[in-house]
Amino acid sequence: MSLRVDNLKVYYRTLAGDVKALDGATFDLKDGEIMGLAGESGCGKSTLGKSLIRLDGRMRYVEGSVELDGTELPIWDAEAMNRFRFKQVSIVPQYAMSALNPTRKIGKMVKELLRSRGVEHDSVLPELRRRLELVGLSQDVLGMYPIELSGGMKQRMVMVISTLLDPSLLIADEITSALDVSSQKAVAEMLVEFREREFVKSTIVITHDISVLYQIADTILVMYAGKLAEKAPADAIIHRPRHPYTQLLISSLPEVGVRYEEKKLVGIPGRPPGLLDPPVGCRFRDRCPFAFDRCHEEPPFVEVEPGHSVACWKVAAEQSSSPTTGREAGAAESGTIAVAGGAQ
Amino acid sequence: MTSIDHTRPVRPDDALATVSAELPAAPPGTAAPATAAAPRLANLREMVHFAIRNRKLVVGLSITLFMLLFALIGPTLARHPGPEFGGHLSLAPTTTDGYWFGTTLLGQDVYAQFVNGLRLAFIVGALGGGIAAAVGMLVGFTAGYRSGIVDELLNMLTNVVLVIPTFALILVIAAYLTVHSVLIEAVIIGLTSWPWAARAVRAQTFSLVTRDFVGMARLSGRSTWKIIFTEIAPNMSSYLFMMFILLFGGAILIAATLDFIGLGDPNAYSLGQMMQLAVQNSALQLHLWWWFLPPGLAITTIVGSLYVMNVGLDEVFNPKLRAM
Amino acid sequence: MSETPELLRLAGCTKVYRVGAFGAKRLTAVRDVTFDVRAGEVVSLIGESGSGKSTIGRMILRLSPITGGTITFEGTDITTLEGAALKSYYADVQGVFQDPFSSYNPIFKADRVFKLIREEYFPAVGGSEWRAKVEASLEAVGLNPPDVLGKYPHQLSGGQLQRLLIARALLLDIKLLVADEIISMLDASTRIDVLNLLGELKSRGLGILFITHDLSLGNYISERTVILRRGAVVESGATAKVFGNPQHPYTRALLAAVPHLHTKWSAASTNGAGTLEEADEPASLVEIDDDHFVAIAGGAG
Repeated sequence: MSLRVDNLKVYYRTLAGDVKALDGATFDLKDGEIMGLAGESGCGKSTLGKSLIRLDGRMRYVEGSVELDGTELPIWDAEAMNRFRFKQVSIVPQYAMSALNPTRKIGKMVKELLRSRGVEHDSVLPELRRRLELVGLSQDVLGMYPIELSGGMKQRMVMVISTLLDPSLLIADEITSALDVSSQKAVAEMLVEFREREFVKSTIVITHDISVLYQIADTILVMYAGKLAEKAPADAIIHRPRHPYTQLLISSLPEVGVRYEEKKLVGIPGRPPGLLDPPVGCRFRDRCPFAFDRCHEEPPFVEVEPGHSVACWKVAAEQSSSPTTGREAGAAESGTIAVAGGAQ
Repeated sequence: MTSIDHTRPVRPDDALATVSAELPAAPPGTAAPATAAAPRLANLREMVHFAIRNRKLVVGLSITLFMLLFALIGPTLARHPGPEFGGHLSLAPTTTDGYWFGTTLLGQDVYAQFVNGLRLAFIVGALGGGIAAAVGMLVGFTAGYRSGIVDELLNMLTNVVLVIPTFALILVIAAYLTVHSVLIEAVIIGLTSWPWAARAVRAQTFSLVTRDFVGMARLSGRSTWKIIFTEIAPNMSSYLFMMFILLFGGAILIAATLDFIGLGDPNAYSLGQMMQLAVQNSALQLHLWWWFLPPGLAITTIVGSLYVMNVGLDEVFNPKLRAM
Repeated sequence: MSETPELLRLAGCTKVYRVGAFGAKRLTAVRDVTFDVRAGEVVSLIGESGSGKSTIGRMILRLSPITGGTITFEGTDITTLEGAALKSYYADVQGVFQDPFSSYNPIFKADRVFKLIREEYFPAVGGSEWRAKVEASLEAVGLNPPDVLGKYPHQLSGGQLQRLLIARALLLDIKLLVADEIISMLDASTRIDVLNLLGELKSRGLGILFITHDLSLGNYISERTVILRRGAVVESGATAKVFGNPQHPYTRALLAAVPHLHTKWSAASTNGAGTLEEADEPASLVEIDDDHFVAIAGGAG
């Protein structure tokens, strides 16, 4: 196992109390695996990604452990994490391409970054050049200012820099969101390329765009309101989702080819719960068309098939009643979701 | 003065920097339900909560109000008219027959002059600061909203006025004017100290004009000046308020300086005037400290407390400056 | 399709910016764009960033002056309107923008947007009558009045805010709505609700210009599509034809780059649309099929 996360809880401190942004995440990541982390805004995916490398001042580590390649990561200690950052764990933060210092040439910025990590710039320069060429950036980029590069170029630059020291784990936070559809494809495929060339061992791709995940991720982990909802191979999540939230999410995605007149897509009425004082039990309960009384108790995140885990009482009930036909039942559901109630 | 950042759209990302409880939502996406960051001006109660607890604001405001009260009520307690030459010189800082602050070298009542000067100071501050604020806002809003050639021209005007040496200007005016008065002084100060205000207002207006809600107001058929006053200015209200306070304090300071070097109205015994006369009449050497100390202290106190109050206000309006 | 009245027509629409010191250089953001929108239909204006689609939206809404060409609404050239004529144009044509939180003045309550409309267009309408009008509008967009009235923008979700803006436009009984990336900042689950609302409004006779970068959304909701690249139209026509039988290499590249849910990206399409050669020679739209136009370099014929 490359990455092992066990019951990770990270809250945000506010004057009004703790916002339970990430409330118990447990999952594994194998060597060479690209895992997509999907969900609506506020579901905790960014918090999860950030907490694996750096807890910023507002975040409060509550409990849980993170183990990378057998070593426990001291995520609660910013100083101690310094050893791991950029070398073992690296992140491409959200808005990274907009956060490049406009008054610094790219090459100078890279030099400063490496120096701050105690790495000799000249020793990695040849590798840096090689990688720039690999991603289709000219060597001149190092002498340019960020404003001279397009969005796609900046994003590729940021990715090269983040993976320069061959980290074991790369966290890519919304790296395709602000890009055009063609740059999006190039950047997403770059992630796969990095994995193929072993620049990075495992990757967590955080995004709200599930269709991109289908293209490049091996597994997808869907989160909702701070909790894990479903984790399965990408194909299973898209074509055989078990958790009602995942099912509704997938069915609300327009695809090229689907038209309003033919098949009206359905959204999910309501809104995610506030996490300052989250509801007891399953957090999707209020919006779920299948909620029943058991849902007042929090459903455990359990494996219902090999490699496929779900946190839902309905799925658990199906599983216990017909363990062999559980899969077919799940497939039948995804096509016939009838959402009660009107739009928001 | 730090620029107030509340004109920047509150992104869910830095929503946590503000006070109210919220979810760390990551755009693109909807805001966290019912718990996102509160726009600072809308949450009056929260602001009052912080205002009361802000020491700088409370201390600065109290002192300023106290001086204002002094200026309003003080003259009623004066026993002798300021300019009148009482006849005898008192060598004590205060006497029992009504010379609360003693007398000048020429036997005038320092207290009466002092409270009169205080009043004049506030008048000059209000008038001079007010004129500067008005002109600054007019120029700043127009330049920021219109941009293009109008902006260029107004910029030129601003820069020219900025560069004019105020003293030289007033010297020239003083030489030509037959009538000197506090009012004229205030007007001149107002007409020469607006450039930095115009610049600041222009910059803020620029950033607000590109916001979609201004576009929405235009789509609602609203006229330009109506948009400036009903959409843009309210968004900058804390900034404008603080700007006025600074102009107010600045006007008092400039007036005091002008009076001190003798360019003011010789018949109005303003605080600066008092200090000038004190120096001219060697009050320092004669140890008549009660003559120049009160006016000097008053100017310092008023202007200083205004500035301190402003810093406090900045913290109240801009949550990022508050120590959590 | 030709029986429905034509609402908006852009002909040779061009926008040139002056850039650089002293405005010496010229940047052509929109180049000779021609298309039209009819009542009861959604026209998608699809383009990547820098394609000029938002600029076109702003020009239609008179928020940006046009440099060349014409924009006519129901036959009248709207690019020269001022004063009262402009105001009555706004009673027929309204816009909704991308960032729901930027569209509201953060220091006021959200429903103040209705107040602005009332002050400018319905000053004589009484209190209760106005309230009824507002509530009818809110219900027409699928909002529950007590949920959204009297609240500040930060207390509402992006989806609710966008719908509130559509309700505001409906108060004026508009004929054409310019929707500029209105759902790109919304979550997947709320996007659909707003999108379906557009579908509903279209069936009631409203003409909608749907500006987006998302091809799947354009395909879902629109009757006709205009593909924009670097300020110029490369392909336009019936959505089924443009998406089903794309002729221009840029359209093809775009479609190939879209992540699908049932097919993986093909390796051959890795050469993104961005690497296509810049076609600097003037290309004009050629009708290659009924309601299907493609820009072909070198002129018509």
